Amino acid sequence: MQSAIETQVIIAVALAAAVTYSLRLGGLLLASRFPRSGRFRRGMDALPGALLFSLVLPSIVAEGVWGLMAAALTGIVVIRTRNTLAAMLCGMLVIFLARRFS
Amino acid sequence: MKQRKPEFIRGARANVPVAASAMAYGSVLGVLASQKGLSWLDMMYMNTAVFAGAAQFVMVDMWSHHLPILEMTLAVLVINLRYLLIGASLDPLFSGKRLLHKVGMMHLVADENWAVTMSEQRRGSASTWFLFGGGVFLYMAWSSGTLIGLLGGGFITRPEDYALDFAFTAVFTALAVGVWRGKSDVIPWVAAGGAALLTHHFVPGKWYIVAGGLAGALSAMIGPGEAAVDGEEEGEENAVGY
Repeated sequence: MQSAIETQVIIAVALAAAVTYSLRLGGLLLASRFPRSGRFRRGMDALPGALLFSLVLPSIVAEGVWGLMAAALTGIVVIRTRNTLAAMLCGMLVIFLARRFS
Repeated sequence: MKQRKPEFIRGARANVPVAASAMAYGSVLGVLASQKGLSWLDMMYMNTAVFAGAAQFVMVDMWSHHLPILEMTLAVLVINLRYLLIGASLDPLFSGKRLLHKVGMMHLVADENWAVTMSEQRRGSASTWFLFGGGVFLYMAWSSGTLIGLLGGGFITRPEDYALDFAFTAVFTALAVGVWRGKSDVIPWVAAGGAALLTHHFVPGKWYIVAGGLAGALSAMIGPGEAAVDGEEEGEENAVGY
């Protein structure tokens, strides 16, 4: 019984790992076969910012006005101080206060 | 060619803020995992083999006495599709490196150390050892966070009361600011943001990240087509310079 569960765990996690690693390495290997200049390169250069922005925007918007304020403060702090940790804590503080007092 | 060890350490140091966020986020996962009955060995096996926060949350969420293996694998595939784009965006960093180097270093690429590396690259210089140093440090922080949550069991029952769930968003907002390139990013970011919000609204799951990333990249490819002549040459220089 116990070992049957363990076998499932080993298989499930191994499959998840294989899928994840294939995507990581696959993206890199595919991209190295594409042109290094022109339109394609411009698209690839825009990708990091576009991905990061897409990663955070829906959860910022989900917090409403306070989310936007938290994000703005985070942005200002990181530009001024170059300190990512301080910026993160300021953003969290806004959300903490908003949830507690509103 | 840069020295490996100093680059590795510089990468680890640069990842301290995101590692703090990953530890907080990891402790939440650990608490959930303890409620689902995962052992610390299961947790460490998953941390080491998968090493992808969002996907691990979904796996733990789907955890039960009889694991839905196929559904789990598909869910992980969909959530982690963004790694295809993340991997592709690392191509300039890895250019000229041997296949074995790529194979060895890509496993520990997570959202966090990838974003820190991209930000570092925009500001000055990043390297594959910088990326890897960040990955190793992040792995340690992530693992200890999940284990603290798992073994400490429910020491924070409602992490959202302390805005711990916002740590991820806040730290990635700061990193996004770090990769902002100015005017040339306006169109891609507007396209990415619009696509992400629409997809998030209408499609369940994590498709919004992929949709946003693709929309941003495509808009940059189509966008300022006329001014492309200068841009293309610049692009070539950059590609060589990395």
